[in-house]
Amino acid sequence: MAINWGFNIARPRAVDMDANDLSITRRIMAQMPEFQACIACGSCTATCTAGNLTSFNFRRVHTLVRRGEYEGAYEEMGKCMLCGKCRLSCPRGINTRGLVMLIKRELEDK
Amino acid sequence: MKRSSWKEYQKEIADDRYYYARSCIRQNFFPGSEAAFLDIMRNDLGKDVLDDPLHTSCTGIGYHSDIVPLETIMTVVARQFALMTAAGYENFTSSCITSFGIYTEILETWHEFPETEARTRENLFKATGREFRIPRNIAHTSDVIFHNREQIAARMVHPLMNVETGAPLKGVEHIGCHYAKIFPKSGIGGSEFPYVLAGMIEAWGGEVVDYPERRHCCGFGFRNYLVQANRGYSVANSQKKFASMAPYRPDFIVCNCPGCAMFLDKWQYTIAEMEGVTYGPNGRGIPVITYEEMAGLVLGYDPWQLGMQMHQVDVEPLLDKMGVKYDPDAKYLGNNGKLIGKPEQAVVNCCSQERTYEVRQ
Repeated sequence: MAINWGFNIARPRAVDMDANDLSITRRIMAQMPEFQACIACGSCTATCTAGNLTSFNFRRVHTLVRRGEYEGAYEEMGKCMLCGKCRLSCPRGINTRGLVMLIKRELEDK
Repeated sequence: MKRSSWKEYQKEIADDRYYYARSCIRQNFFPGSEAAFLDIMRNDLGKDVLDDPLHTSCTGIGYHSDIVPLETIMTVVARQFALMTAAGYENFTSSCITSFGIYTEILETWHEFPETEARTRENLFKATGREFRIPRNIAHTSDVIFHNREQIAARMVHPLMNVETGAPLKGVEHIGCHYAKIFPKSGIGGSEFPYVLAGMIEAWGGEVVDYPERRHCCGFGFRNYLVQANRGYSVANSQKKFASMAPYRPDFIVCNCPGCAMFLDKWQYTIAEMEGVTYGPNGRGIPVITYEEMAGLVLGYDPWQLGMQMHQVDVEPLLDKMGVKYDPDAKYLGNNGKLIGKPEQAVVNCCSQERTYEVRQ
């Protein structure tokens, strides 16, 4: 007889870099090496028009992608309006609009 | 000069004449451990320990669950000290880590805020007519066993070694959070370098496993467990520890806290039943024991007299490695020879898994 525990084992919210499959991240990095220069300052999110109107958080999503957490990233990137203001504010000169398209392209089959 | 934090966390432990405060939950989970402590102290080491039937729960669980107010628990603790004073003892030793944390916290509170001590004295006198002296020495019972570890080693019958290979047994030591994380100076080695159980393992021939999540909490955390819907967080903490220690292939886990010993034992059963995952060799769980049981085994006590049949994860693999003789048919017989009840077969004990862990390079 199955036991009714009344609870489930809570899954950790920490990112486990050893367990995650980083193959897509490596492909993205190889195509856009400048992405490695990102310091996660959040200027992209602060200036984001889509982020101002929705819960879209570009920094959060590309940081998770960089760590191999791909779930929901494609759908999130769909919220980007490709206006390119983030590209103007990035202190590291990263082609952020290109990064949005690259992440979408790499995750479209995922 | 290089600073050594380890040396900053030494404590004085009284040598004899202890007033013994039992744990309320331990007597249900592991009833043999407290009896073993008294037997070892009195019969093997010849110490004077008063097991006073007048003392009560410290109400620590109620306090940490926001049911018992601070003023109330301070008065309860004052009553325990009053009983100790009336019995003519000055050294207080508690069996429970929660209680130990409560006693150290309240003594520190009284030290920092003398008016709270005065108010507690007044409350106690009004309620019971009793008065008390502050204990000269306060120690957890694991401190007391640690203090006597060399004397126990001198009388050792079964060292913590594999009788077939002669290799030291690998022991995971788990310190209760309220032992040293509230006031690190109250624990041997503080919270960073806990040595109270490690010292016992080393003195009795074993090897301590140093694994990544060694300092992590077992997950009891009172609210984490007392509310059923929150228990998923509690078991997740234990699971994190098991997954971290499993690659080192420990032979046993030893705890000095009633809650930790229970949860590290029973959550292995829960995880095995829920997800079919076990963390010991051959698909079994890792035996979890108390330090009194460890001392008792080392001294040649009968495992069933120590109450080791009360554990959810079977302890026989550890007994076999140590070469401890036991009667399998007597496992579930009480002192009167009658069956005390036998648990159903559980995944954690039936070797249905073949999961092998490799140490990460």
